[in-house]
Amino acid sequence: MLYAILCYHDEDFTGSWTKEQDAAVMQKLAVVQDKLTKQGRLGPVARLLPTTSATTLRKENPPVVLDGPYAETKEQLLGFYVVDCRNLDEALDVARELGAANPGGAYEIRPVGMFTPGSVAK
Amino acid sequence: MTDTAWIDAALTSARPQAVGALLRYFRNLDTAEEAFQNASLRALKSWPQNGPPRDPAAWLIMVGRNVAIDEVRRSRKQQPLPEDDQSISDLSDAEDAIAERLDGSHYRDDILRLLFICCHPDLPATQQIALALRIVSGLTVKQIARAFLVSEAAMEQRITRAKARVADADVPFETPGAVERTERLSAVAAMIYLIFNEGYSSSGDTAEARAPLCEEAIRLARLLLRLFQSEAEIMGLTALLLLQHARAPARFDAAGALVLLDDQDRSQWNQKMIAEGLALIDKAMRHRRSGPYQIQAAIAALHARAAKPEDTDWAQIDLLYGALELMQPSPVVTLNRAVAVSKVRGPQAALEMIEPLGERLSNYFHFFGVRGAFLMQLGRNDEARVAFDRAIALATTSAEAAHIRMHLDRLMRDSQPRGAKAK
Repeated sequence: MLYAILCYHDEDFTGSWTKEQDAAVMQKLAVVQDKLTKQGRLGPVARLLPTTSATTLRKENPPVVLDGPYAETKEQLLGFYVVDCRNLDEALDVARELGAANPGGAYEIRPVGMFTPGSVAK
Repeated sequence: MTDTAWIDAALTSARPQAVGALLRYFRNLDTAEEAFQNASLRALKSWPQNGPPRDPAAWLIMVGRNVAIDEVRRSRKQQPLPEDDQSISDLSDAEDAIAERLDGSHYRDDILRLLFICCHPDLPATQQIALALRIVSGLTVKQIARAFLVSEAAMEQRITRAKARVADADVPFETPGAVERTERLSAVAAMIYLIFNEGYSSSGDTAEARAPLCEEAIRLARLLLRLFQSEAEIMGLTALLLLQHARAPARFDAAGALVLLDDQDRSQWNQKMIAEGLALIDKAMRHRRSGPYQIQAAIAALHARAAKPEDTDWAQIDLLYGALELMQPSPVVTLNRAVAVSKVRGPQAALEMIEPLGERLSNYFHFFGVRGAFLMQLGRNDEARVAFDRAIALATTSAEAAHIRMHLDRLMRDSQPRGAKAK
């Protein structure tokens, strides 16, 4: 089963990392990703640009375009992984491994209902 | 990341909100800073043991306030405590902290006020910047001194003076009205741009030391934009800083000499920053409320979008500078526009455009550099040499001087074979 691991973190905090700290975290995360790739379990991975670059379309009638992310929260959606796991325990294991590389914040683990690999070339 | 590195990052990110809120309570910058300092010390002790709080800023505000109030109490310990002392019990503090967290508009004005204090018109630009970096960003005096290329003692003195002047000034603490908020916002935006320029106008040998200024300016711009999500000019400012800073890796060659835009290795440009900058300028344009930062960002975006220098849409850049001239008439803007004009209509038209600026820019390095380049393109080499000599005399960094010397060398090379033929 595919699980989406949604990454929530305080953007001010991750934005306060020095370039070196950021690179160190990314490198540790890459180790986890490499392992999953070798096992043929890693789907799309995305790190989103800061929420300041976000725009929200509220589907009212007529739809309204608003600046900023959908939810104004202390922690923001900053990225996601799609991982193939047998069950929730396995998905939690992956999240724990990712969490060890990237302290603070939270991961929301959500089973994926429909998945299209898409056609975008990297 | 180690515990300490983690805590450092958490303290840095919570700082503007926490110091801003503490300033609102105490109405005194020194007290607010000291309270934050004390709270940070407690965080260093408590967080590794008890784990980080969910909302570090709220934690720091609460602890900072309690420590400061305790100190006031201790200094008056001979006097009996007032009857209504219950008001500062832990329970109400915790409740206050929650209220604090929920009231986003409050903390928005807190941070804006903190930034605005640094923009006091009596303070020279360099003091404004130093003060903001110390108070809002929390850089150490040593870090700031290094970025400004001055001694730590000199920087310490500069910041102390700036603080004293700010302390004497009347800073309104009530919630600002809409007009006042807009005024504050534009003063703060200008100050953030100054921080960036201070870092950007470096030479190859100092670029590394000054880069933190650019990064800090971007962090502050993003912070401001997060507080004012639909301000098109703040989007423009953030985009402008990102698009300019994206070129930083290509701006100097191995010897530290300045590399002009046309000659830069574009594969070294930071594509992630460019993507963010382009996204922001895209968003800003939708508001149809143009402004100087957006126009400058749009110009930077046209450069960023050109994979090769010859792909640059100079005609559009000429138009954008024209719009900027109307909004912010300045000889420097006209000078920049002339560079675009030289690409679209040739060096003669560009030269004619800058001739009237000579008097006002008679001490401006770039004027003579650009004028020399136009003259060189027209084959008026002797006049070009005079302009370049003047530019070298006015250069403020070694990179600027080295760059002009390169032009002079080229003139020499170009004129030699011709001279040989004449013989």
